[in-house]
Amino acid sequence: MVTFPGSLDDGDARRAVGLAGAEAVALWHGDHDLRGVDAVILPGGFSYGDYLRSGAIARFAPVMAEVVAAARGGMPVLGICNGFQVLCESHLLPGALIRNHHRKFVCRDQRLKIENASTSWTHDYVTGEEVTLVLKNGEGAYVADLATLDRLEGEGLVVARYLGDDPNGSMRAIAGITTERGNVVGLMPHPEHAVDSLCGPGTGGLPFFTSVLQSLAASAPAASAGTPPPQGPPPLQGHSSGRELVL
Amino acid sequence: MTETQTRQLDTVAHAQEHPDVAQPWAELGLKSDEEAHLREILGRRPTSSELAMYSVMWSEHCSYKSSKVHLRRFGEQVTDAMRKHLMVGIGENAGVVDIGQGYAVTFKVESHNHPSYIEPYQGAATGVGGIVRDILSMGARPVAVMDALRFGPLEAPDTQRVLPGVVAGVGGYGNCLGLPNIGGETVFDPSYAGNPLVNALCVGVMRHEDIHLANASGTGNQIILYGATTGGDGIGGVSILASEAFDTQGSARRPSVQVGDPFMEKLLIECTLEVFAEHLVAGIQDLGGAGLSCATSELASAGDGGMHVWLDRVPLRDESLAPEEILMSESQERMMAVVEPAHVSRFLEICAKWDVDATVIGEVTDTGRLVIEWYGDTVVDVPPRTVASEGPVYERPFARPIWQDSLQAGDASTLPRPTTGEGLRATVLQLVASPNLCDKSWITNQYDRYVQGNTVLAQPEDAGILRVDEQSGLGIAVSTDCNGRFAKLDPFTGAQLALAESYRNVATAGARPLAVTDCLNFGSPEDPDVMWQFAEATRGLSQGCEALGIPVTGGNVSFYNQTGAEPILPTPVVGVLGVIDDVTRRTPIGFTTEGQQIYLLGTTRDELSGSEWAHVAHGHLGGLPPVVDLEMEAQLADLLINASRDGLIDAAHDLADGGLAQALVESCLRYDVGARVWLPDELDPFVALFSESTARVIVAVPRSEEVRFTDMCAARRFPHVRMGVTDGRGDDAVLEVQECFSVSLAELRAAWSATLPTAFDD
Repeated sequence: MVTFPGSLDDGDARRAVGLAGAEAVALWHGDHDLRGVDAVILPGGFSYGDYLRSGAIARFAPVMAEVVAAARGGMPVLGICNGFQVLCESHLLPGALIRNHHRKFVCRDQRLKIENASTSWTHDYVTGEEVTLVLKNGEGAYVADLATLDRLEGEGLVVARYLGDDPNGSMRAIAGITTERGNVVGLMPHPEHAVDSLCGPGTGGLPFFTSVLQSLAASAPAASAGTPPPQGPPPLQGHSSGRELVL
Repeated sequence: MTETQTRQLDTVAHAQEHPDVAQPWAELGLKSDEEAHLREILGRRPTSSELAMYSVMWSEHCSYKSSKVHLRRFGEQVTDAMRKHLMVGIGENAGVVDIGQGYAVTFKVESHNHPSYIEPYQGAATGVGGIVRDILSMGARPVAVMDALRFGPLEAPDTQRVLPGVVAGVGGYGNCLGLPNIGGETVFDPSYAGNPLVNALCVGVMRHEDIHLANASGTGNQIILYGATTGGDGIGGVSILASEAFDTQGSARRPSVQVGDPFMEKLLIECTLEVFAEHLVAGIQDLGGAGLSCATSELASAGDGGMHVWLDRVPLRDESLAPEEILMSESQERMMAVVEPAHVSRFLEICAKWDVDATVIGEVTDTGRLVIEWYGDTVVDVPPRTVASEGPVYERPFARPIWQDSLQAGDASTLPRPTTGEGLRATVLQLVASPNLCDKSWITNQYDRYVQGNTVLAQPEDAGILRVDEQSGLGIAVSTDCNGRFAKLDPFTGAQLALAESYRNVATAGARPLAVTDCLNFGSPEDPDVMWQFAEATRGLSQGCEALGIPVTGGNVSFYNQTGAEPILPTPVVGVLGVIDDVTRRTPIGFTTEGQQIYLLGTTRDELSGSEWAHVAHGHLGGLPPVVDLEMEAQLADLLINASRDGLIDAAHDLADGGLAQALVESCLRYDVGARVWLPDELDPFVALFSESTARVIVAVPRSEEVRFTDMCAARRFPHVRMGVTDGRGDDAVLEVQECFSVSLAELRAAWSATLPTAFDD
């Protein structure tokens, strides 16, 4: 879990990871160190105040060099809201996120359709499944050139789409996208705010966090039985896969 | 230091040598007797820096000189029962209340009315920033904000300018800080045209042992200014001094509304909580109104009584600022800490980690004087208490306005009322679409209500509820309310009605009310009519708090809210804080399940004067407001809290503006569950639907709990009547008032939700 100055939803994402049965580890924006993690979450917020362009400063944070390298090596990376903006600014994902078409911040419960249930972060959904997450952003309109949009659609890289009336002016109602390998996902709505029906609209966001545990367990079954990664803390007790999700 | 600054410097020595220099004290807002008193205190004329400090600290805003004699009531009427949960009372940056399990909560509401009129976005944003720093300086982590807003008529061009900016400012600042906005109110009335009200509330949570106070004790302790640099923003009247010193070199043209930087404030919060956690802080104060003048004099007054400040060490974002301006600057996102010398280096280290500038600018002394130096010259040498706490106090004349009797005589009984089912139906639709009763989600959807993941209830619920402890489920509830029309009809009763409604809202959500904060918005205190309204409102509020056994822990007075001769409606906004032992037992307003019994609790009278119906249907204001019965309110609250704890009710909604009809509509629309209701035989249907009698709620009771629930009401002899059943779901569902009318939820929703988007979306 990377904390930039101005990150706000890092605590919520940490709670979601815990509910999924793993333990989150804090990564500091100024460190050149992923501390042996198996997956990374870039949380929502206003990194560095987002005065220039959302995510534009954060991409230059020392920790992002490590995140980019790890993502290119196949590590699961989820960017939520501001994290999605950082992933686009870092060119891990194509396109950009610009100011909502109505020029206001929007916070609402948002219905989505999961379009791709084969990424590291969406295994536990079924393609076509409808879920309700929290949407809250000022600069959430996904834009890209036509060729990129067609490629995303053609290769099945759209992870989720908005349902109902258009919340922010995203092209083709795109709420989230992924890479060809499916390990990097950028998502504008907040799954970490839909993991507990007491403080959010249901638990429709939890599968994002359980999915990645499954995919890590599946991709490296040996690691769960063997020794923990050299730099990482000891494995989390009580988690079925025996594998620690370090975020 | 520039040449200009050297040439023009008015030092203490210079003031002694040149006693007859003409000074712009009148332009700075001081009265001639105040200026004379100031000379008496100092035994000489003030330097221009001292004049700047005194003028702003003796202003109405900082000194409470017109309100002090009335506000004393709040402190005097604190009983032992109230003291039970009170950890810090009135007089500090904010009051602190014990909510159990070792947790303490601090909360306060403050106005930022005039800046928000001049520059809506920044005015509202810095209003949020200021109250958040107040809460932070008590040692608490800020956990939520709320906003109570008042605007002129919805269709007025100025409302079109002010409202979107204010809402974007409240949202822009709070969202960027990661503080959920859990409620508030938005009210429109012609009296606020040209004088909108922006009252911002913040709540903070801490452990008992973490409470910090604003005082500078311990001779030799260091004074650290940290946070943003100091610029020319927020300098108001003092630019007159500046223009003397600077010809026309730009100072006078600087804006007097502060500009906010929420990212800096976010860093300031995290940095401050970290220095608290390492016990590095002996005393702390945020810099708000009156900037360094206020922080230095208040810290010194509350401590050992002396402080020496090297003003030239203050980091500036504009090097041309003169000492007077630096003392007055209201640049945002700044704090002042008193730190023992041994802790200074660690304090600075933590600031550096968060990229927060921190500078030692002074130290605590035992001289009893506040001495401020500017490059070796003394520009201020004063007894700090005379600046901070011993300012002028006025017994402003007040008298019951001559128009009050005729206002109260012209009641709503003569207004034509709808008598047919069709007429009642049309009135329901007219009221739900009216600006004060319509759907406010156009506003509240611009605020992040989810961040931090502890928001259990937020708008449009009766009260916001936050989870404080994830393990135990301990939580808090907050509501703010005020009906200014009631307060105009009778300020004493109006203030108690605001208290009663806020108290009821907290209890309706399932929480036990513990404490009160208030923001008293009034016209000019120099108008005896206004002063009477103020005196009556404070008297009503303090007596009401005594009756309910909950103390006022802090708040704010805002005077001079008037454009020309016509003051705003007296608007004593009352915030009530409550505690709930288990947030999973909270009671939401919405009907969720079909087939539940709807009960009306309380007594309905023919009380339509000052009502939303009289306002919307007839543009009428006259008569007497509804009767307040605080004993009934307390009984009702206790009943609701117990019913919630025992799981007897699934929904509850308080009856206030718009009466029963509005409450039913809101409870139905929340989750699209319809209702079939019948009105009590003994009541005229119009009165039953639209009266605004107090101490009433509707509740939805599962059939399985009905006997236990009615037994509970009967045992407490609380008036209760079964008046309906939840029925139907989705947009096909209807709200049916038997033998009167039926209206589909789709039609209600269309009317209710179109008003604000139509007014503001282009």
